[in-house]
Amino acid sequence: MFQPSHFTAVLLFALFASTVFGITMRETPRRMFRYGAYCFALFVGSVIVFSWVMYFISP
Amino acid sequence: MSNKAAAAGKESGQRAVYLPLIAGWLVPGAGHFLLRKWWRGAFLFVAIVCMFALGMAMGGKLYTGAENILDMLGLAGDVGNGLMFFVTHFLGIGAQHVRVTTADYGTKFMVVAGLLNVMAAVDAHNLRTGRKH
Repeated sequence: MFQPSHFTAVLLFALFASTVFGITMRETPRRMFRYGAYCFALFVGSVIVFSWVMYFISP
Repeated sequence: MSNKAAAAGKESGQRAVYLPLIAGWLVPGAGHFLLRKWWRGAFLFVAIVCMFALGMAMGGKLYTGAENILDMLGLAGDVGNGLMFFVTHFLGIGAQHVRVTTADYGTKFMVVAGLLNVMAAVDAHNLRTGRKH
């Protein structure tokens, strides 16, 4: 069974979801790539931010 | 005669409008392949099939019944995978219960792969109707 770490799972999820978002939401290859990269950064960035938030508010 | 032929052609053309949508739902990226958008179809195929396959590899649960509202939503997401869902369901490959944390991730991977596949199929339909280029 494939057992990735939490962060690896996040990276894989973000990669695949961003690929589909980029292709379906934009029309030209350049804009697809830029939007996909933007979504990827938001996915991973928000996970890191919320992870730290949970770290600081945990009892 | 030419009017009849034109009408028949128009009717078959209208029916074919939904072909990329249905093909894209059954096989990820197939709708784009039908429209000769080779690269887009290939990337969509790889992304969605890899996501579903990794979900299976993580021991993800395949929703097969709708006993409560959450199961119903999970089933709706899984059905979005098209043929991948039906094949794995009939072969009994998917896990029945989530036992480890990564299996829960896998379950979500499979559901989201289905939802992304629906997005891709609708995108193919929009390309076919001219709403998108």
